[in-house]
Amino acid sequence: MAKSKRFFMYLFLSIAAIVSIFPFLWMVVSSTNQSVDVTRGRLLPGTHLLENLRKLLDTTDLQLSLMNSAKISITTTLLALLIASLAGYGFEVFRSRSKDIVFNILLLSMMIPFAALMIPLYRMFGQISNVFPWMGIDTMTSVILPTVTTAFLIFFFRQSTKMFPKELLEAGRMDGLSELGIFLRIYLPTMKTTYAAGAIITFMSSWNNYLWPLIVLQTPQTKTMPLLISTLGSGYAPDYGMIMIAIVIGTIPTALVFFVMQKQFVAGMIGSVK
Amino acid sequence: MHQTNSKLRFRTKSVLTGWSFVLLAVILIFVFYFYPMLQALILSFQTGTGSNLTFTGFDNYSRLLSDKTFIVSVKNTFIYLLVQVPLMIILALFISVLLNDSKLRFKGFFRTAIFLPCVTSLVAYSVVFKYLFSGNGLVNTMLLKLHLVSAPIEWITDPFWAKITIILAITWRWTGYNMIFYLSALQNIDHSIYEAAKIDGASSSRQFFGITVPLLKPIILFTSITSTIGTLQLFDEVMNITKGGPGNATQTISQYIYNLSFKYAADFGYAATVSYSIVIMIALLSVIQFKVAGDKNG
Repeated sequence: MAKSKRFFMYLFLSIAAIVSIFPFLWMVVSSTNQSVDVTRGRLLPGTHLLENLRKLLDTTDLQLSLMNSAKISITTTLLALLIASLAGYGFEVFRSRSKDIVFNILLLSMMIPFAALMIPLYRMFGQISNVFPWMGIDTMTSVILPTVTTAFLIFFFRQSTKMFPKELLEAGRMDGLSELGIFLRIYLPTMKTTYAAGAIITFMSSWNNYLWPLIVLQTPQTKTMPLLISTLGSGYAPDYGMIMIAIVIGTIPTALVFFVMQKQFVAGMIGSVK
Repeated sequence: MHQTNSKLRFRTKSVLTGWSFVLLAVILIFVFYFYPMLQALILSFQTGTGSNLTFTGFDNYSRLLSDKTFIVSVKNTFIYLLVQVPLMIILALFISVLLNDSKLRFKGFFRTAIFLPCVTSLVAYSVVFKYLFSGNGLVNTMLLKLHLVSAPIEWITDPFWAKITIILAITWRWTGYNMIFYLSALQNIDHSIYEAAKIDGASSSRQFFGITVPLLKPIILFTSITSTIGTLQLFDEVMNITKGGPGNATQTISQYIYNLSFKYAADFGYAATVSYSIVIMIALLSVIQFKVAGDKNG
């Protein structure tokens, strides 16, 4: 009885693992094959990787889209971590009734669907374009500003701050550090895993953001990777090999960030769930 | 007199310090969430194309009720919601309980493999799924070779199967994400509770429903609310797998809003009204989910 249960357990997990991994394998293998072979269902690695890559570089502005995505995601991540950790720390360390009320109001923003914001935001940035073109429609700033602050990340940092030892705060005050000094020199270095988890979450959602950039970025020069992949994928006579190499390249940064920081991510998540 | 003054100054200073930490975040959330939200509400009472808008009261709201495309989009969104969210949450719970077994080998491999789909962008995996499930795609080729079907299934072009494809795709992408939350919470449960239950002769299903589910309730509530909010806003997948087709068979509310504002002649007022229908649904469903969870508590 116990043995058959064990067997079923491993079988189930193995099927789940195969189903999860298979589309990745297919995408990587297909990026090395010719379009015809992909259609024929070839599942073995081929020799057309470089040819596919050349075609991609010739027909699209791959480097530009990669740069745009990188600039937007890195800026968003750094700013988001700074803004949200300052706020999460502030709400917890300088706790007061009025701040708790404000915090709860901020949490409500998590319930607002982006679909309800996109039209007013689009009009808002349209108006900004008339005065400050450098931060209006079709600029990096217009992508970053509305997405950089999320109540989720503030909540995440506040939860983790609950575990930050208060004695360290007192010690910092005794040493004559300013409140900002305590935050920068004591809090920030001790909360590395929280920052790592926050960085992963933010970087991934920023790198993968699609709907808002689709609306606000309107010229080929400002295209991000998801927009490039979406355009390639909607063509009528798709070159599978070439599209798959674009998808592989577009997935590498988030996969890398995840695998490098996986330990901190899991640790940070456990911290926030406690 | 002097002393109280300086004390007062000190208190004001520390209150100001506290607020200065949170100020930037508060301003940004108000400017980019609550202010546009209010703007959308005002817009929802206006009609016109582009920026030529006039107030027309509740016209847009009564238009909703007779708008067939809107009704189809709501229906589709609810089909995804009612089928996909429970399916994914049960699957994620089940997998995380299996992975939490202390005697399980290759735990790290299984966990990483099942979480792997979460590193892909919604657009990227949608395009991959579109090709895998196309008429002459790999899924059909394999099903035919294994003689499981006699003719290729129209995964993308049949109204019924297209919905199934979308549901399968979303489940593939998000199950591992929810699993991580459950796994984190499971690791916080004291193992002795299970040992005691075993001694009392509780079966594994009794342990699951009697211990695991009640202890994980807050996190299950959290994931079901976030998944509900996510599904009500579904856009990327449908846009990139089926484009809402065939006809409007897979179109979601978010996609309809996008079409109204940016594809056809820009009808911002009516689009804002449609978007408020999602706001109302999210509010209602969250209240219901809190109520359901609360009742079982008592």
